[in-house]
Parts: sequence; structure tokens; C-alpha cells
Amino acid sequence: MSIDALDRAIIKATQEGLPLVARPYDAVAEQVGTSAAEVMARMRSMLEDGIIRRIGCVPNHYALGYKANGMTVWDVPDSRVDAIGGKMGALDFVSHCYHRPRHLPEWPYNLFAMVHARNHETVDARVEEMAASLGEDDHGHRVLYSTRILKKTGLRIGG
Amino acid sequence: MRGGKTGEVRLDDTDRRIINTYQGGFPVSPEPFKDAARALGLEEEDFMERIRRMLDQGILTRFGPMYHAEKLGGGLTLAAIKVPEDRFEEVNTIVNALPEVAHNYAREHALNMWFVLATETPEGIAEAIERIEVATGLPVYNMPKKKEFFIGLRFEA
Repeated sequence: MSIDALDRAIIKATQEGLPLVARPYDAVAEQVGTSAAEVMARMRSMLEDGIIRRIGCVPNHYALGYKANGMTVWDVPDSRVDAIGGKMGALDFVSHCYHRPRHLPEWPYNLFAMVHARNHETVDARVEEMAASLGEDDHGHRVLYSTRILKKTGLRIGG
Repeated sequence: MRGGKTGEVRLDDTDRRIINTYQGGFPVSPEPFKDAARALGLEEEDFMERIRRMLDQGILTRFGPMYHAEKLGGGLTLAAIKVPEDRFEEVNTIVNALPEVAHNYAREHALNMWFVLATETPEGIAEAIERIEVATGLPVYNMPKKKEFFIGLRFEA
């Protein structure tokens, strides 16, 4: 799996969005100098390889009323982190779930799960449920609420 | 868009169906809007007009493919700094000035500044962290992911 110059051109042409025209892949093809069939073939293959995660709406969760976003962090046994992370990631209120390194002694947490809800009470209730289901594997957890968005730009690839 | 400024917007049932159905799976076909609209019993023009309006209103931040940053060969990490309260704005200015900083959030913890670094090459991460450490005089806690777990979430509108 590797991307070539044409893939890169397609990515650059679409990373901010698909053209809102009846034949968007034709429009992209024209922009990058190839055929629509080629653009569609490349995009299907990037989907298959996971280079494209998905195609569709990217909602602004604040606008949908998901105003409470808690970064929950968990200290779980390293030997169990894959099993626990798999379960947490599948919860329908978790948008991201990652195993990350600890920074001992001040940062003992090795599993991060972003929990979204319409208010803090609901986030807190979800965290209680998650903690209960972990049982003895929960060696400590915290919820870090965001108090301010300091910067938010998309991830972009350059020239 | 700066998050949180949009406020809650009214959506009708058709808007909700579009959002709930197409946070993925938008067709790769010659006339994808027609195909997507038909699957919901809608007209192509109506579907496109709704997408356009929801983008304008900030209900959608984007419509199209979501790319996987690391698979494109770049570097990506989450990092945090313990910023003394009286230096918060100054450090914020330094950190935000780096184009490699994609997101930056203030959070309630001793580690009170959390940001995502995205660089064109994997090596770029260490360079960006060093620049921040030198410019701020504060240690950066680098927390690159070791593993990503399956992500189930679709926001229900």
C-alpha cells in the first residue's frame, strides 16, 4: 500500500470536501487531469486500504448538541489494554480510543477514550458505567473536560 | 470554524436521516448524489441543497472523504504541557503559531494544554516538539498512539 502522485493529487483536491455537483468525481478528474473512472478506481482502492476512512458527512458535533466532550483516561494493566480498548472503542458514545504511553509518575494513564454527550452529567454517568464494567482492571481514571478550543484546523497534506 | 460558536441549529427529519445514514458509505459512482438521494427516497437536487445548507450553517464541517493521516506517510501525535496559569496565553500563542499544531484544547488538569501535532514526515514530530520546548522552556509530554481501537461512533443527529 503506497500512494503515488495521482493519489496525492486526488487527496489534495478532495481533502476539504467533494465538489457539490451532480458528477463530483468528474469534476475532481478534470482538476487533476485524468478520467472519472480513474479517480473512482483510486478512491475505491484507498477506501479498501484504509487510506480513506470513510466518505460522507462530517458533522460538527457541537452543532448537533454534543456539547460535553470528556477525554477519559484510564490506567489499566498493559496485558489487558488490547481487550479493554477493543470494548471501549466499540461503545457508541466513544469517538476515539487509543493506547498511549504512560509518563510516570505524574501520568499513569495508558488508555484514552473520548466520550461525547449532550451534557456533563451524561458523560459522568457513562464514565461510571465504563468504570463498573472494568472492575479490578480500573487502576484509576480521570475525565479531562475541554474548557476552551485554542486552535482547530483540519489535518492537511502539503504540496 | 471555531467550535461552540455555531449554537444548536434546527434540523428536520430529512436532514437527520441524511446525517445518520451518510457519515460514511457515500457512493463512489458517476452520479453519487442521485444514488444517495434515491436510497433515502429523495430527489438529487433536494439532497445536494440540504448538504450545501448544512455546510453553510456549520452543521457539517465537511462533506467528502476523511483521510487517515498516518497512512499518508506523515507523523501524528497527541502532546500535552503543564502550563503555569500566568503564562497560559503566552504559551498558547507560541504553540498555536506552529503550523504543525492541528488542534489545541485547554483541559482541566495539571497538564492543561493538549494539542495534536501533524507533520509531513514521522521525523517532523520530534523537531516540532523540540521547537516548542525551546520556545516555551517547558517540557512537552509526547503521547503518540501505540494502538488505535475500532471506532464505532456515528453522531446521531
